Amino acid sequence: MIDRKDVEHVARLGRLALTERELERMRGELAAILEYIEKLRAVNVEGVEPTSHAVPVVNVMREDEVEPPSDHEMMMGNAPDRSGEFFRVPRIIED
Amino acid sequence: MAGDLTRLTVHGLTEAYRGGEETPTRVVEAYLARIARLDGDLGAYLTVTGDTALAEARAAEARYRRHAARGPLDGVPVALKDVLCTVGVRTTCGSRILETFVPPYDATVVTRLRAAGAVLLGKTNMDEFAMGSSTEHSAFKPTRNPWDLARVPGGSSGGSAAAVAADLAAVALGTDTGGSIRQPAAFCGLVGFKPTYGRVSRYGLVAFASSLDQIGPLAKDVRDCALLLGVIAGHDRRDATSLTAPVPDYASALGGGARGLRIGVPREYFNEGVDPDVERSVRAAITVLRDLGATTTEISLPNTDYGIAVYYILAPAEASSNLARYDGVKYGLRVPGRDLIEMSGRTRAAGFGAEVKRRIMLGTYALSAGYYDAYYGRAQKVRTLVRRDFETAFANVDLIVAPTTPNVAFKHGEKEDPLAMYLNDVFTVPGNLAGIPAVSLRCGFSRDGLPIGLQLIGRPLEEATVLRAAYAYEQATPWLDRRPELP
Repeated sequence: MIDRKDVEHVARLGRLALTERELERMRGELAAILEYIEKLRAVNVEGVEPTSHAVPVVNVMREDEVEPPSDHEMMMGNAPDRSGEFFRVPRIIED
Repeated sequence: MAGDLTRLTVHGLTEAYRGGEETPTRVVEAYLARIARLDGDLGAYLTVTGDTALAEARAAEARYRRHAARGPLDGVPVALKDVLCTVGVRTTCGSRILETFVPPYDATVVTRLRAAGAVLLGKTNMDEFAMGSSTEHSAFKPTRNPWDLARVPGGSSGGSAAAVAADLAAVALGTDTGGSIRQPAAFCGLVGFKPTYGRVSRYGLVAFASSLDQIGPLAKDVRDCALLLGVIAGHDRRDATSLTAPVPDYASALGGGARGLRIGVPREYFNEGVDPDVERSVRAAITVLRDLGATTTEISLPNTDYGIAVYYILAPAEASSNLARYDGVKYGLRVPGRDLIEMSGRTRAAGFGAEVKRRIMLGTYALSAGYYDAYYGRAQKVRTLVRRDFETAFANVDLIVAPTTPNVAFKHGEKEDPLAMYLNDVFTVPGNLAGIPAVSLRCGFSRDGLPIGLQLIGRPLEEATVLRAAYAYEQATPWLDRRPELP
């Protein structure tokens, strides 16, 4: 069963800075959903291949052709913070 | 006469355009006026592109005048679920995290619609990132069901469904990952089609669960659905999962009738959880199909009951990976932090709603070390069993008939418990897991006057067979005569 420590760990992995209240509520809700999902344990899957994709498509190849790219300024226009041609982010390397 | 203009079907509109009785400009003006009058109550649209719609309408009008119309959608007003990228037009996915996002390109379905001459009226409301069955999970507003404003339109394509049902669009596109086209179609009394996985390109569709997502039409009748599907279906080099099989002329195949079709009735879809009104209507529809010359047999899809559990592992797992891109760096919301990790955590906590957070958590948990095999691996194997159920059934039948949903549209706020909401998709999720085509169409009304959805499910790439049976049923029944009472 999922406990508070698991919930905090998963929130960190999922990059979600949840509040105290959210963490507590999430624990209860995830526990209920996981309990429902437990029913899959009753299924005999011995020797059954997993399905990752509903149709059998593999290794799709195409020519690598140069095309006009999307509008650069439109792309950069969505940046929350930019410096010229670059996305600006908090410093990650110490001086 | 403006009210009547917006009631016309796609084929009715283009006939009127060709005959010179109506013009795309007058029709689009009528739609924009109706949206301005009614959408405050309905909440179907997040963005209305009135000016460009009028310009597109005038261009279509000029083509009709020159007898150079582009085909079955020229001058037809279309609404798009706000998860489909539109160049220069805000695409929010119903989320705060993308509230200001303006795509630099069109989704392939949008490119195809434009090439066919369709007029884009705007972008419709949805459950955030298509996660939900009621459109209550939109970060911006709820959408109301045109048949009863106290009820939900279904979801996640609830804005598209409400728009078409209320005559605020002639036709619309939605997306279906676990039932998000078919369930709102059922709740709003429309024809909603989820094509075979890979039939329609997803380039420019903001990804939720990539092994399940498909784009499809929400329409007023089966012919409109076939016309729109014909425009959007087909291979696209920009989507490696799109199928190369040729696209048949769906509309011209509609007249084939139901005679000789072998239709399976899965006993697992008629359980005690199904509302008696729904069961009665669907059973009556099966009798109609038999009267039309189809043969029906009871079949079993024994793993149906595991569908929701499989789905709520696989879809959140894929979503947790797909939604990792919203980190506050390239687009959308940013909440500052000391470093990248803090910035990203704060951004996502502020930008995502409760349901999206729940699914990211669930998916991340299912994929995390120590749980992968028990959850994700096992769910993928049970998915194989669900798929095999259909393969076995389709060895003996051409189509499967079932209710789309166990119940009619529920009230706003009625399903507060996440799991109760999830269980509403019990009859639509298996089709996504198997990747097969399925339609929902109107097959009656509950005692409260709410539409009921009939689901027809076909073999992979047999969209034409599904549509043919749906058309035969629609032509033989009076259900389309009824419309929601709106001012």
